[in-house]
Amino acid sequence: MSFLLPCPNCGPRDVNEFSYAGEVTKRPNFRENVAGIQREWWYHRLGCEVWFQAERDTRTNEVIRVEIPSASPREGIAAHGVTETPDMPAV
Amino acid sequence: MKDIFRVRRMWRPRGELKRRYDVVIVGAGSHGLSTAYYLAKNHGITDVAVLDKSYIGSGAAGRNTTIIRANYRTPQGAEFYSASVKLYEGLAADLDFNLLFSQQGHLTLAHSDRGIITANERAEVNRLLGIDSRVIYPDEIAKLCPEMNLSEEVTWPVMAALYHPPGGIIRHDAVVWGYARGADRGGVEIHPYTEVTGIERSNGRVRGVQTTRGDIECDTVISCTAGWSTLVADLADVPLPITTHILQAFVTEPVKPFLDVIIVSSQMHIYVSQTDRGEFLIGAEIEPYTTYKGIGTFPFLEYSAKHTLELFPQLERAKILRSWTGLCDLSPDYSPILGVTEVDGFLVSCGWGTYGFKAAPIVGTTLAELVATKQTPPLIAPFALERFYKDELVSELAAAAVSH
Repeated sequence: MSFLLPCPNCGPRDVNEFSYAGEVTKRPNFRENVAGIQREWWYHRLGCEVWFQAERDTRTNEVIRVEIPSASPREGIAAHGVTETPDMPAV
Repeated sequence: MKDIFRVRRMWRPRGELKRRYDVVIVGAGSHGLSTAYYLAKNHGITDVAVLDKSYIGSGAAGRNTTIIRANYRTPQGAEFYSASVKLYEGLAADLDFNLLFSQQGHLTLAHSDRGIITANERAEVNRLLGIDSRVIYPDEIAKLCPEMNLSEEVTWPVMAALYHPPGGIIRHDAVVWGYARGADRGGVEIHPYTEVTGIERSNGRVRGVQTTRGDIECDTVISCTAGWSTLVADLADVPLPITTHILQAFVTEPVKPFLDVIIVSSQMHIYVSQTDRGEFLIGAEIEPYTTYKGIGTFPFLEYSAKHTLELFPQLERAKILRSWTGLCDLSPDYSPILGVTEVDGFLVSCGWGTYGFKAAPIVGTTLAELVATKQTPPLIAPFALERFYKDELVSELAAAAVSH
């Protein structure tokens, strides 16, 4: 097992249950790729299927905290009066 | 007679750093040392220091699976790697050092209709560029590799393969040592255990580097630091579209020789070859999450062993001898990033993901030419960092996404 990732719903699980969806960034191609604490998207693929964010130290793979962002992108867009469904991030 | 017992150094320890060099190369791996070698050999630029934070060849150059091939999908990529294979073919003579290069042939298996289409596409692109590459079917695969399990009783039966006869394996450490010796004989200084901590700039151009062993003035800095590229480029405030992942490989205990081609399956995410010592060398896919922690994982051993056994059930009782991990610098389009950046005098060779080792000689010759002539050679022009600002990506996903 490589490391445990605590799912906000299910608790600590093997990281292979999750899909990694990249660091939280505004730039499309250019990444910070820090050697340190990184905020990133995860998806609990083989579990409760929640999208959440984790803060992880990329030098040690230690997960500092996880959280489900308060407003999902879908709700955020609905609140601004846009009705199209946004594309889901690639898994 | 006495001479054969004399301990010969491959390169000279150089003592203190000088205050000034024309060119500083960060990273003493296959790319850094080959660039230094060709700078001295082809262009007479010998005032060069190659710095590494660890011993030479300690990164990806010492951790790859030593596969050399040119059967890429994009014309730009195939042409570039083909030039590299040609240089590798003459490299042992050039360096006067036995690199144990064995061009045994390279088979990329297709297990689906889609896989056959991709293989045909790559074969067509290759043939147009004069690269020996063709699609073969199970009857011919069985002749080339009679020991492989081609039965239908597996998860993914083999339907076809892209056969690339010039593909081969080489002694990776020997490549590093050969280049180091050649560069040293050419007058280049190699300084291991010298970490770069800062890159000094003024008016948008490089003035020097700070290291753990003192400051150096220089006009040109070349970063050949693979998985650490982002951290080195950060010192020059150059953003890179790179993410760092780990890639793993393992070898079994030595067995009798029975595999003399390289087998790759992108469906099963493995590549298998048998080394000259008889060990089966098996590599797999990168871990999907970014990390700088170079520690192997158990799921990797589990799934790559499982898939290897589908192709080679006779390895059932072979024990795993050792496994290892390296850091890979993935670019968004699976093509390298090579050449100039927005900071004048700061050059990069990065974005190599899982296919950097096979490009070492061509990276060395083209970067050396770039430094000497200040002109980007046409061969590497498609791989400029600028392409990410102009949205002119070179997608090599089909031929490079499985690491080999």
